[in-house]
Amino acid sequence: MQTMLWIIPALPLLGFLLLISYGSRLSRRQTAAIGVGSVLLSACAGLYAGGQLLLHPSLVYEVTLWTWIDIGDFHPAIALRMDALAAVFVFVITLIGALIHLYSAEFMEKDPDYSRFFACMNLFVFAMLVLVLADNLLLLYLGWEGVGLCSYLLIGFWYENPANGHAARKAFTMTRIGDTALAIGLFCIYYACKSLNIVDISTAAPLIFQQNPQEATLIAFLLLGGALGKSAQLPLQTWLPDAMAGPSPVSALIHAATMVTAGVYLIARMYVFFELAPAVQGLIAVIGAITLLVAGLSALTQYDIKRVLAYSTISQIGYMFLALGVGAWTAAIFHFMVHAFFKALLFLGAGAIIESVNHEHSMFRMGGLRKKLPIIFWTFMVGTASLAAIPLVTAGFYSKDQILWYAWGARHGQAWLWSMAWVGAFITAAYSARMVLLVFWGPLKTEVTSRPRWSITFPLIALAVCSTWIGFVDLPHNFGHFTPFSDFLHHTLPLTELRADPTTEWMFQILATVATVGGLLLAYSYYYIHNKRLRHLANQPLFRRLHRLWLAGWGFDKLYQTFISRPFLWVTKANKADGVDQLYSAMANITTSLNQRMAALQSGSLRWYIMGMVLGAIILFGLQLLL
Amino acid sequence: MTLIYLIVILLAGGLLSLLAERRSPHAPRWVALITTCASLVVGLLFWIQHYPQIIQSPADHWLERFQVSWIPSFGISFHLAIDGLSLILLTLTSFMGILAVGCSWNEIQEKTGFYYFNLLWVLAGVAGVFMAMDLFMFYFFWEVMLIPMYFLISLWGSEKREYAAIKFFIFTQASGLLMFLAILGLYYIHGQNTGVYSFDYFDLLGSTLPPSLAFWLMLGFAIAFSVKLPLFPFHSWLPDAHGEAPTAGSLLLAGLLLKTGAYGLLRFVIPLFPDQAQAMAEPAMVLGVIGILYGAFLAFAQTDLKRLVAYTSVSHMGFVVLGIFAFNELALQGVVMQLVTHAISTGALFILAGMLKERLHTRNIDQMGGLWSRMPQLGTLGLVFALASLGLPGFGNFIAEFLILMGAFEESRWLTVVAALGLIFSALYSLRIVQKIFLGPQERYGELPDFTVRERWMMAALALSILWLGIYPQPIINTAKPAIVQLVKLMDIKPDTTSQHHYGP
Repeated sequence: MQTMLWIIPALPLLGFLLLISYGSRLSRRQTAAIGVGSVLLSACAGLYAGGQLLLHPSLVYEVTLWTWIDIGDFHPAIALRMDALAAVFVFVITLIGALIHLYSAEFMEKDPDYSRFFACMNLFVFAMLVLVLADNLLLLYLGWEGVGLCSYLLIGFWYENPANGHAARKAFTMTRIGDTALAIGLFCIYYACKSLNIVDISTAAPLIFQQNPQEATLIAFLLLGGALGKSAQLPLQTWLPDAMAGPSPVSALIHAATMVTAGVYLIARMYVFFELAPAVQGLIAVIGAITLLVAGLSALTQYDIKRVLAYSTISQIGYMFLALGVGAWTAAIFHFMVHAFFKALLFLGAGAIIESVNHEHSMFRMGGLRKKLPIIFWTFMVGTASLAAIPLVTAGFYSKDQILWYAWGARHGQAWLWSMAWVGAFITAAYSARMVLLVFWGPLKTEVTSRPRWSITFPLIALAVCSTWIGFVDLPHNFGHFTPFSDFLHHTLPLTELRADPTTEWMFQILATVATVGGLLLAYSYYYIHNKRLRHLANQPLFRRLHRLWLAGWGFDKLYQTFISRPFLWVTKANKADGVDQLYSAMANITTSLNQRMAALQSGSLRWYIMGMVLGAIILFGLQLLL
Repeated sequence: MTLIYLIVILLAGGLLSLLAERRSPHAPRWVALITTCASLVVGLLFWIQHYPQIIQSPADHWLERFQVSWIPSFGISFHLAIDGLSLILLTLTSFMGILAVGCSWNEIQEKTGFYYFNLLWVLAGVAGVFMAMDLFMFYFFWEVMLIPMYFLISLWGSEKREYAAIKFFIFTQASGLLMFLAILGLYYIHGQNTGVYSFDYFDLLGSTLPPSLAFWLMLGFAIAFSVKLPLFPFHSWLPDAHGEAPTAGSLLLAGLLLKTGAYGLLRFVIPLFPDQAQAMAEPAMVLGVIGILYGAFLAFAQTDLKRLVAYTSVSHMGFVVLGIFAFNELALQGVVMQLVTHAISTGALFILAGMLKERLHTRNIDQMGGLWSRMPQLGTLGLVFALASLGLPGFGNFIAEFLILMGAFEESRWLTVVAALGLIFSALYSLRIVQKIFLGPQERYGELPDFTVRERWMMAALALSILWLGIYPQPIINTAKPAIVQLVKLMDIKPDTTSQHHYGP
């Protein structure tokens, strides 16, 4: 059975190939069957393989398909490997991927490019599976860039609008900045460890870098650079809010199952290097903490429902980075899994809402949809509750509470990291509540024009059920030590060491609850009870300025435009005609003009020639006399 | 004997197409097609036949030699030899030849006989360059590929063809003369030292030269090859030549003629002047890196599609120089891959540019846009080759650039980091191509025909080869290996002067 691992990524690839070659000749029903079926079958295979891993903890799936490159010491293979960490990712990617595909079958029904859509989606799932199943870093890099490509194709899916093309290129280019750092990191790793095989280098690294900790720091830093780009963390986060240009299922796939979680995977996968480089690991925690606040505050001010969710993704990934940074490896992966479920749910729900109210994106023009769209309302509420981390009943509580606790209590935990995360939890609850209050309560502002059918509602319900129950696979330690999820992951990832007294954990749980409830109440009072107070607040100059800053994502876009894009455009435009070529042209022009002048001397008039000869003779004689 | 066939087939085919025009104006293209196909078959058969021998990576990397005396009093002989490196490039020559005929099929309607004569003689010249082991003969073939190319540009090119053709001619000819002087210098010095006056490559290989003179001789060769490559700052003939040449001309220029420059560096400059090459390594690598970025910057600004692609060539060839002067196996294997993959991906972009010109009568990308909806197949292939050109994993170009950067990293970390920025800029210009041509709104044009059967076959062949090279490049790597190992060995014996950063466990 081990060798059949390749089936998992091969199925979506097959789907892609079929759709890209025969897409124009297939009916919509056939297209959907191939597109959805391939991922669904892959999910079944993934579940089976994951189940085997659960039953036999020592088992690791490994298969080498062929040698990719073989030059001297350098011989990366096309080889797959699935351990506990990869299994969690495969589970999330294929299962959520399948539900998103099913949803898309109806959502994209009227689109003329139906088969192109499914082809790209299948390729996306394939690339992400390669990324998490790769047994060496070069193959991982293939998946890594493949994910970038698919995001480009899907963000710019509606290509006739130039703005979508711009968003797509922005996503590709910004993540490629990170990718380049990762590539350089790969070179460093290869020359230090003489291999790119993940298991080999992870085993060898502690010994190799004992003498040379700076090199380990450099490598960890470069890997982090790659992760920041793909996971949209500061300072490479600006592409993600614009990535909303794609269809809603694409956003769900990018934000939940694929792409942005790649960075989290990379850091968890290469955790050995970060343990060898505590400075960089600390940096991850700091970046995560800052990002979660920055993005959370931006989410608080957005009008577009999808932009709220986009900023919330950046913020939630910030939590994962924080967890990775304090050494709570399994907590980060747990939050990744939980977040994947509720964020997919929220994006699919948002897509269904937007579709139902005639493509209206602004939450301020929605409102009162609670009664009109009951299934969407209830499922969306489940997702939001999980995002806001309502205690005890939602999955989001269990995963986020763990991170909050470790931000304080883990070995690298800090009081100020915890307080930033706590403020973040408060903000998260506030923007979550603001979102649902604006969309579902209040007066009806836009008429509902269409209602979703089963292939849209079924994935929503399935995801809503999962978003609740998935939390119970890893309960806090003072809830009776029921932690099968982290036990499973500890086959791959190290244990989280504590510095604080575990008996104090309950205090942090209560504080986390306070943050959530406080945030909910704040939004409730401003957006439901006292609408006037909000208007009053909005009129104060300080708040107006802050609002504008946060709405624009803290002005990062403007910053990059002023200092990077514009100078680049100016330089390229200024040198469009190629300065070097102009040097050659000048040479040619001088020659030509000399030629013309000399030619003018050759006038055919004998007098001139005699004059010239006499003058020449005089000069020569004169020179002889003088010297 | 196979070696001589590879050239004779092409030369004879050229003459035959001149004659065939009398029968019908369409006859020459069939002659050319059959000729190029025949040469590809001969090349492939030779490859398959020798592959087992290549795999064993013998100490002597030469697979076959052919030598007859030509002008014995001057020590000139007709000497051909082939190793894995030349075999790869020869096969590429025939492959590009078929495509060149394919894309000229309907484009060329005037003086077809003379056109295909020139096209086949360029190919013959290139094939000769890749096999000649006598420097006099090498120079002879160098000229054989230059003059027909001049005619291809100046007779069948677009508006500014004469300017472009003359520029191309002056750049190549002037630098070729420097090389000829260097060849003569080498000939006389070797003759004076040993008493044997010979142009033969193998005689000259071990020649001991006075270092000061050797540097100038090396420079003569290196400048000729750098102009051809082209290395910054000698690149400026390329955009004009590419821009004005007919589609097949651009294809041959990008696919083959540039490769002769890289081949010359690998075959002549390094083995004949290893010490001087070593001393030159650092400045050469710096120029290569400048070329990578400079080409990318200029490509980003262009509006003429063919000039744009030409500047991407400058950028890609910068990688070649960077890799060659890193002198290690990874980088040199990357260079060989880059020669092949650049020929395919850039060739494909030129063919696409030709197809667009045929349909829209413009090369200006500001006048395009939204063509995906009109021609989805052409759009898909355009996207594929833009992605290949930006070095996306899965395509051969990625293997090439990754290996070059990885190899160069061992020699100079900082240069490699700067060169790696080229990965970001290549994404910028490649995606700009896709956006400007295929995406966005479309109002200007009505119905446009998508691929014809001929075009579809050509593009499928190109796309499949670039994918194959990206997923299973090992046959190329194996074939090039013996020659490359030899080069690395040669440079390893020499004292290491350039590398600054050696580290590791």
